[in-house]
Amino acid sequence: MSQRAAPRTWSYTRFQQRFAPYLFVSPFFILFAIFGLFPLIFSLFLAFHLWSPLDGVGNWKFVGFENFQLALGPTDMFWKSLKNTVWIGLLSGIPQHLVALPLAFIIHHSLRRFQGTFSTILFLPYITNAVAIAIVFATLYSERLGILNYLGGQLGLDPVRWLGDPNLVPYSVAAVVFWRYVGWNTVLYLSGLQAISEDVYEAATVDGANGWQKFWYITLPLLRPMMFYAFTLTIVGSMQLFEEPFMLLNDGGGSGGAGLTSAMHIFNTAFRDLDMGYASAMSWLLFLAIFTLSMLNNYLFSRDGGNR
Amino acid sequence: MKKSAAFALATALLLGTAHAQEKVTLTVAAFPSLDSAIKAILPAWTKLHPNVTINLQAQQFADHHNAMTTALATGQGLPDVMAIEIGYVGKFAEGQGLENLNSAPYNAAQYKKLFTPFTIAQATSADGRFIAMPTDIGPGTFFYRKDVLDKAGVNPLTMQSSWENYIASGKKIKQKTGAYLVNTAASVYNLVIRTNLKSGEGIYFDKQNTLLVGPDNARFVRAMTLAKQVRDAGLDAKIGEWSNEWYDAFKKGTVATQFSGAWLQGALQNWMAPDTKGLWRVQNLPEKGFASWGGSFYAVPSKAKNKQWAWEFIKFMTLNQGSQITAFKDNGAFPALIAAQKDKAFSEPVEFLGGQKARVLWRDAAAKTQPIDVNKYDSIADQILQTELTNVLEQGKDVKQALADARAQIARRAR
Repeated sequence: MSQRAAPRTWSYTRFQQRFAPYLFVSPFFILFAIFGLFPLIFSLFLAFHLWSPLDGVGNWKFVGFENFQLALGPTDMFWKSLKNTVWIGLLSGIPQHLVALPLAFIIHHSLRRFQGTFSTILFLPYITNAVAIAIVFATLYSERLGILNYLGGQLGLDPVRWLGDPNLVPYSVAAVVFWRYVGWNTVLYLSGLQAISEDVYEAATVDGANGWQKFWYITLPLLRPMMFYAFTLTIVGSMQLFEEPFMLLNDGGGSGGAGLTSAMHIFNTAFRDLDMGYASAMSWLLFLAIFTLSMLNNYLFSRDGGNR
Repeated sequence: MKKSAAFALATALLLGTAHAQEKVTLTVAAFPSLDSAIKAILPAWTKLHPNVTINLQAQQFADHHNAMTTALATGQGLPDVMAIEIGYVGKFAEGQGLENLNSAPYNAAQYKKLFTPFTIAQATSADGRFIAMPTDIGPGTFFYRKDVLDKAGVNPLTMQSSWENYIASGKKIKQKTGAYLVNTAASVYNLVIRTNLKSGEGIYFDKQNTLLVGPDNARFVRAMTLAKQVRDAGLDAKIGEWSNEWYDAFKKGTVATQFSGAWLQGALQNWMAPDTKGLWRVQNLPEKGFASWGGSFYAVPSKAKNKQWAWEFIKFMTLNQGSQITAFKDNGAFPALIAAQKDKAFSEPVEFLGGQKARVLWRDAAAKTQPIDVNKYDSIADQILQTELTNVLEQGKDVKQALADARAQIARRAR
């Protein structure tokens, strides 16, 4: 028979030492459980159910994989929205990096005195309110009243329906996204450049390397981790694109839904059509798409890096 | 029913004592510009019920309805009185979170005949529950620029007689004055699909939830074909509603006609194009198509804290002639209450419309508007069809093919 340990006297100090740390870190976990974990699990649950929030909590119907089949069916809007998303992502993402990288290089090497000023200016679009951006660009793009068509008219060009022609809508949206994030990427690359030791460049100069060679053989390889980071952010951001097209084109995604991104389609399905199960299923599919693309990005970078 | 009689008595007693002493705060959730009408009516209410304070919670249109959807889903944070706009009333009716006003203690059946008939159907669910009282309606009407039509030598009555004549007149207007016929070809489509419905039909589904959209439905074929004709003849300005271009077109008279709810007159006069006073006229929609264009309702959530006073308040807003007239004068909210439509204000000429007695016209149009059945999948069908319409207009897709594709897509989603 084991003897019961006598209850130890309660001591504030010991209590504090043992439990206070948990208490102090608990706010994060409590908040995460409520606002992070619960919605995550609830949306996974809903993805297999048919539920309108107006039916009230509890009145859901199990439908198995029906929601996923619906999204992956050939005629549904989800494919089109995914195609739109990827297309706008490519149109805005690739130019972002093609411009940001050389721009950062030039600022870092030639305009160093103004680096702070440039960083601030480049960062401004990123922190500007999306609504303000949408209003400004909607005004620029306006078919009859916009400055773009006015300038085109001065050159004798016909007015262009920037936000009305389904073929042009992806370009118009991509231009706004490009404008908004190119500075952010430049700042990322600038900070990456600052981490590269000057010694390497000095050694290259001694060896007689020119500017182009320095960029190609020193900057690019050493900037690889930062490029990986920036590419990943662009992929994730592009796949979740919502604000810019939503504000520019309203919830329908503009003429013929040409600017309807997956995130917008999910939002519409959930909050306008009140089909929460279907929206949740699409969210998970979108997550899978982002995950796959990120892994692909990861693979390409690590494989390439290993070769060198 | 003995039980309901007892309940009614209890209610009456409770209300009686409440009148005498108890202080009550009633939460009312609304959206613009209905909130402005409520504020205008509040003094009259306070005079009658000094103990009942109204806590008016107004949010922007979409925010309000999103908040109400969430509140109904969880049963938390519900107001005592919930304002609902026409675009949401069908969806909310199919849910289970609102009181059925047909039953005791509301017994609203007795009031139904007092309202413009089609609004009652809008607030009735498929299983016959009546979930909201109508307060204002939007009779559909045909706005036209008299100066532009005169210049082109076009008789407005010709434009009204048939859609074919409407388009033919449009060509004449474009040729003589350079003005477009309509803001977008989609406007013609949107109106044609909403008019001349058979009894028991909704726009996209009938009473038995059968999908009506398809290449065999003459209404949709005609709507898309006419829209295509307008686009092909270059008669539409290709501008969306509620855009800067739209307001600009009103100001400059570059678009000759506009189909809308009667409320557009107030918006034109107050902020869109006040300088065009006297240049506009209205008439009934083409081919005697009477249509409802907007409207607002009040409902009581089942989990509201103060249902008795909520019901008193709703009755005061919707059944009281004075309240309805106040709302009408405040922001042009067209009364749903038939008695209020007989007020002398309705036979007064409307200065903005060149002294036309337009309200009498609207009143008749409202009386002739047939009820349309609503379905919870209406918004899905609408979005899919708008996309297919764009394919027809912008990419030359065949109308029948577009409708067949739309049918397949809607059928998959309407489960």
